[in-house]
Amino acid sequence: MSLRSDSISVIRGGRAILDGISVELEPARLTAVMGPNGAGKSSLRKILSGEWPPDKGTVYLDNTPLHSLPPAVLARRRAVLPQEPRLGFPFSIEEVVRIGRYPWRGLATPEEDDTAVANALRAVGLAAPPDALYTRLSGGEKQRLHLARILAQLDRPAAAESLPCFLFLDEPTNNLDLAGRQTCLRLARRLADNGTAVFAILHDPNDAARYADNVWLLKDGRLFASGPAASVLTAPRLSDLFGVSIATAPANGTATVFFAREAPDPPETGTQWSDSGRL
Amino acid sequence: MKALGAAKRGAWLIPALAGVTLAVSLASLAHGTAAIPPGTIASILVHQAGLPPVFGAFAAHEEAIIMSIRLPRLLLGLAIGSTLAMAGACLQGLFRNPLADPGLIGVAGGGGIGAVAAFVLGGAVIGTLPVLEAWILPLFAATGSIVTTFLVYQLAKVRGVVSVPHLLLTGIAVNAIATALIGSLIFLATDDQLRRFAFWTLGSLQRAGWRECLPLLAVAAVALAWLPRYGRALDALLLGESEAYHLGIDLDRVKRALVLLCATAVGAGVAVAGIIGFIGLVAPHLIRLIAGPGHRVLLPAAALLGAALLVGADLVARTALAPAEIPIGILTALVGGPFFLYLLHRDKQRLVP
Repeated sequence: MSLRSDSISVIRGGRAILDGISVELEPARLTAVMGPNGAGKSSLRKILSGEWPPDKGTVYLDNTPLHSLPPAVLARRRAVLPQEPRLGFPFSIEEVVRIGRYPWRGLATPEEDDTAVANALRAVGLAAPPDALYTRLSGGEKQRLHLARILAQLDRPAAAESLPCFLFLDEPTNNLDLAGRQTCLRLARRLADNGTAVFAILHDPNDAARYADNVWLLKDGRLFASGPAASVLTAPRLSDLFGVSIATAPANGTATVFFAREAPDPPETGTQWSDSGRL
Repeated sequence: MKALGAAKRGAWLIPALAGVTLAVSLASLAHGTAAIPPGTIASILVHQAGLPPVFGAFAAHEEAIIMSIRLPRLLLGLAIGSTLAMAGACLQGLFRNPLADPGLIGVAGGGGIGAVAAFVLGGAVIGTLPVLEAWILPLFAATGSIVTTFLVYQLAKVRGVVSVPHLLLTGIAVNAIATALIGSLIFLATDDQLRRFAFWTLGSLQRAGWRECLPLLAVAAVALAWLPRYGRALDALLLGESEAYHLGIDLDRVKRALVLLCATAVGAGVAVAGIIGFIGLVAPHLIRLIAGPGHRVLLPAAALLGAALLVGADLVARTALAPAEIPIGILTALVGGPFFLYLLHRDKQRLVP
């Protein structure tokens, strides 16, 4: 019961944006994926969620090649919260969440659909009424709403076989304020505790240290480090990965916080662009 | 949780629209150069079903007017209006663009090439195959529509997958080429051929008879029954293509089915009635304003409204300046054009708060 990639590579424009990655997403684990911009985090998400076929290697879901599964079957096992969900039509909040029930048409009873939609809306703590229009929501509210849609998708009806699900979150805390960020990551944690395999692209090592079981670090399309969060997330390794000096400080007794140290100003070179006479 | 908006709104909307469509249809059967009262119409229809004329007696000429002129024309109007509106709603969903129209995938441009070719070159074909005389225009126009749409669809493939933005841009390019081809055929046309083509582009249900009507009714019935099956998939497509894929939609299959069904149904209508604009744009929009963008209500409701609008427009077209008949495309554009401007104006205000 897992999602496993066997040395997958993705080539775009003659360049390997993912290069020989072998990883495994396990049920009941929250895996944080980190790396600098352009390291291949979103590409890995697209490969593992089935959106792109790999150019080399194979992804297996419970030992079946992932890309041979019909989209309808896959949609009952995994859900994806994309980086920038866009929707320009004035659906009501409740209608958007109900779209998440699409994979279960014919399998779920109308009561199960209603319950799944109501529970999902409650879980994300969206204050707006269910008939409020999507187009009037703020960026953060939209993000919470799409999270609710994904929760509704993962709510398995009684008629469906009980199987662990896979949840992909691509920078889920974008646009969210501090409270929204906590709601979102706590939800992801709770889903993992209930048996879901969660893949979350995160930027803040503190979020990863606090909520993740495993951490994968990506750099230039390769797996830079992977393993349990506590052993992977060290200040020297993160400094090396991101190219900034990262230090830790004790906080709240047992916890540790990561922070980027103030970098010294670059030395004066005397030929800065603003002195070139053109401005 | 309280019962939901769209489903509730749709609950009264669809019966109400069905009532409106029925009323407009009856008016269309009753009015014309000779007025026939509803009771007489009922008698004639009941008589056709083999029952005694319980609603009163009727004259033979009244039966002839209803059965061979007004009824086929009404059915044609219902079929074309409903398929134009439903296809418009589907393509707007597929393109995630509320201003999309069946013309974008080449249906109208291709039908135009077929039609002008039938007017200009048809004489030569009829010379060798006289059987084709009555069929030459619908045959050429339908072939033009469907071949052009197929071409647009094939050209829009990138690495074997049709991307929606590509489909849109390919449609624009192919339509430009179609306009050029129509222009070069017009260059060869005589004044009489040109005049007939010009009237064809304005659209009319005047050529309606059972012979044109029956094949079109069959095509329209298939499209009207099949397209609503994609209602929930279209809702999901509004979120974006990858989101729809993540929700389990087989994108290739859905895109192919939508484009094929819309092109065939609209192409068949274009072949019989010429180019009738704006129904496919106006009807879905009015429904979205009332019932929101959910396709499960939108598709059937737009079809009913499109049918009522076209039958109503046709009633005005043939009675306003009787015995002369106004080309129906002029009427739909007169209503649709200002409505389109209103939409653009409203969107502009939304973009610049």
